Amino acid sequence: MSLAPASRLARPGRRAAPPAVLAGLGVAAVLVALLAALSGAVHIPLADALRVLAAGATQPDDILWRNVLLDIRLPRVLFAAVAGAALAIAGAAMQALFRNPLAEPGLVGISAGGALGAVSAIVLTAGGFAATAPAAFAGSLLATGAAYAVGRRVAGVAGLLLAGIAINTVAGSLIGLLTYMASDAQLRDLTFWSMGSLAGASWPLLAFLAPWTLLWSAWLMRQWRAMNALLLGEREAQHLGFALVTVRYKLVVATALIVGPLVAATGGIGFVGLVVPHLVRMTLGADHRWLLPASMLAGALALTLADWLARIVVIPAELPIGLVTSLVGGPFFLWLLARGRRF
Amino acid sequence: MSLRTIDLSLSRNGARILSGVSLAVEPGHVLGLLGANGAGKSTLLAALAGELPADGGAIELDGATLARLPLRHQARQRAVLPQKPSLSFDLGVHEVVAMGAYPFPELDPVEVDELARAALDLAGVPGLAPRRYPELSGGEQQRVQFARVLVQCQARRVPGAPRYLLLDEPISSLDPKHQTELLRTTATLAREQQLGVLVILHDVNLAARWCDRLVMLGGGTVVANGAPDAVLTPDNLRAVYEIEADVLPHPTLPGRLLVLPR
Repeated sequence: MSLAPASRLARPGRRAAPPAVLAGLGVAAVLVALLAALSGAVHIPLADALRVLAAGATQPDDILWRNVLLDIRLPRVLFAAVAGAALAIAGAAMQALFRNPLAEPGLVGISAGGALGAVSAIVLTAGGFAATAPAAFAGSLLATGAAYAVGRRVAGVAGLLLAGIAINTVAGSLIGLLTYMASDAQLRDLTFWSMGSLAGASWPLLAFLAPWTLLWSAWLMRQWRAMNALLLGEREAQHLGFALVTVRYKLVVATALIVGPLVAATGGIGFVGLVVPHLVRMTLGADHRWLLPASMLAGALALTLADWLARIVVIPAELPIGLVTSLVGGPFFLWLLARGRRF
Repeated sequence: MSLRTIDLSLSRNGARILSGVSLAVEPGHVLGLLGANGAGKSTLLAALAGELPADGGAIELDGATLARLPLRHQARQRAVLPQKPSLSFDLGVHEVVAMGAYPFPELDPVEVDELARAALDLAGVPGLAPRRYPELSGGEQQRVQFARVLVQCQARRVPGAPRYLLLDEPISSLDPKHQTELLRTTATLAREQQLGVLVILHDVNLAARWCDRLVMLGGGTVVANGAPDAVLTPDNLRAVYEIEADVLPHPTLPGRLLVLPR
C-alpha cells in the first residue's frame, strides 16, 4: 500500500486495520470467557480458580470450585464459543452465497428442518437429548438437501431461496401439527427446545463438535476468494474462474455440516448468524479474507456473553439462550440501523 | 491464435438472438463491436465470455472449443468487463482491483499489490486505492472495474501466450476526457502487450478513432466486418442505426474517419 495523506486516512468510510480487529476480538473473547467461567450461581475468585486448577483441591470449598469449573463452567463456555463461532461463519457464508446481507443459515431450511426433527423426536418418541439431537441433525440435513436438490433446477440462486422458503413453510406446518398432537409435558419440552440451550455442554460433546466445527470453518475460510468474487456479481465470479454451481454447492454443504450438529445440540439460537457478520462487516468491510475469521471470533464472543447473561440475570435459574440472543440482539440491531450506518 | 466464433447461432429463452456470426478477436488488435440496441452485441460478448453455449457453429479459444475449457483456464487467458457492475458490498478499491489476480493463486501478495497499483495508474485513478468502492461515483467505479480486468490481463506473463480482453460499453459512465483516456490505454496495451481486445461501443466516432477493425451487428447477423473505412459507410449506418450520416476524412487525424449524423 502506498502512503496516503493523513486527510485521506481520516476519511469516515475508512475501515479499521483487519489484524488489529482480529487481535482485539480475540482478547475480548478470552476476557469474556474468563468472566463467564468465574461468575454465576457460584462465584469463584480468579486467584482461587487458578490455584485449584493448578494444585488440585483438598478443602471442601476447593473441591466444589474445581468441580464447578471443570465439569460445568469450562465445557459450557467453550461450547458457547464454538456454537457462536460456527453460527457466525455460517451466516457470513450464506450472506455471500445469496449476495445479500440479510441472509442467514435458516434460509436454506437448516433451522426449520432441525426443529422438525427435534419436535418429531419429542412428540413421537420418548424424547431426551439422545433422541432429539440425532433427529434434529438428520432433519436439518434432509431439509437443506431437499432445498438444494429442488433449487438447482431453477437457474441462479433464486431457486435455492424459493425452495428454502417452501421447505421452511412445510416444516413449520408439520411442527404445528406435531405441536397440536403433543401432550402438556411434550409441549413444555419442545417450547424449551425452540428457545435454545447450551445446558447440554459436556466434554464428550465438545470433543466431537469443536474439531468438527473448526475443520469445516477452516475449509470455508479457504474459499474467501470465491466469496469475494460472488460479491462482485455472478457473471463476474464466472469470469474470474469460479464455477457458480460448484461454489454454491460447497457453501451450502459446509453451512449444513457446520450448523446441523449445532442446531441438534443447542436447539434454536437465533440472530447470531445474521447480526454478527453484519457487525463485523460494518467495522471491517466485506473482504471475506478477514470477515470470516473475525466473524468467528465475534460470534464466539457474542454467544459466550449471551450465555453468561442467561445464567446470571435470574440466579439460580437461567434463561433460555435463544431468548437472550434475540432479546439483546434485536434491539441492538435496530439501534444500529437507526444510526443509518451503511453496510 | 484468436478468440473467435464460427457461424455462431444462439437463442435465449426460445428467441433467436444471433445467427451465422463469424468474427475473430486477435492478439495485438482492437476489434470494435457496433450495432443498435438489441442487435445482439452483449449476447455475443457473453458467448465469447463462456457464459452461453452455442446452439450452432462454434466458439474457439486458440483453436480449442471454449465450452470444453475449465473456467479457471479461461479466466487465466481472458478477462471480461460486463456492462453493469452490481457490487454493492463494502469492499476497498484495492481489494476489488486485486480480484483480477484471483485466477492466479501462484502470485504472492507483493506481486498482486504491484499489479493492482500499476493497473490503477493505467486506468487513470491512482489516488483511489485507499477508498471504499461503494463511496465512488459511477465513473470512478467503472474505471476501478477496468483496472480489475487489466490486472487479470497482465498477471499472465508467459511469453507469447495470447490474452484476451472483452469490454462491454466500458465508457458508458465516463466524461469525454476519460472516455478517450480509457480507449487510448486499451489500444496501447493491445499493441504493446499483444492483447486481443473486443470492445462494444455506441459512439461510432470513438470506434473509428480507436479500433483497428469493426464489426457491425444488425438483427443478430454481421452486417459489415472490416477496417473502419470499409464498415462506416452511409449505407451501413442507415441499415444498422436507421440514421442518415455523412462520412468524411478526419480533418486532423490522417487515415481516420469522422461520422456526422444529419
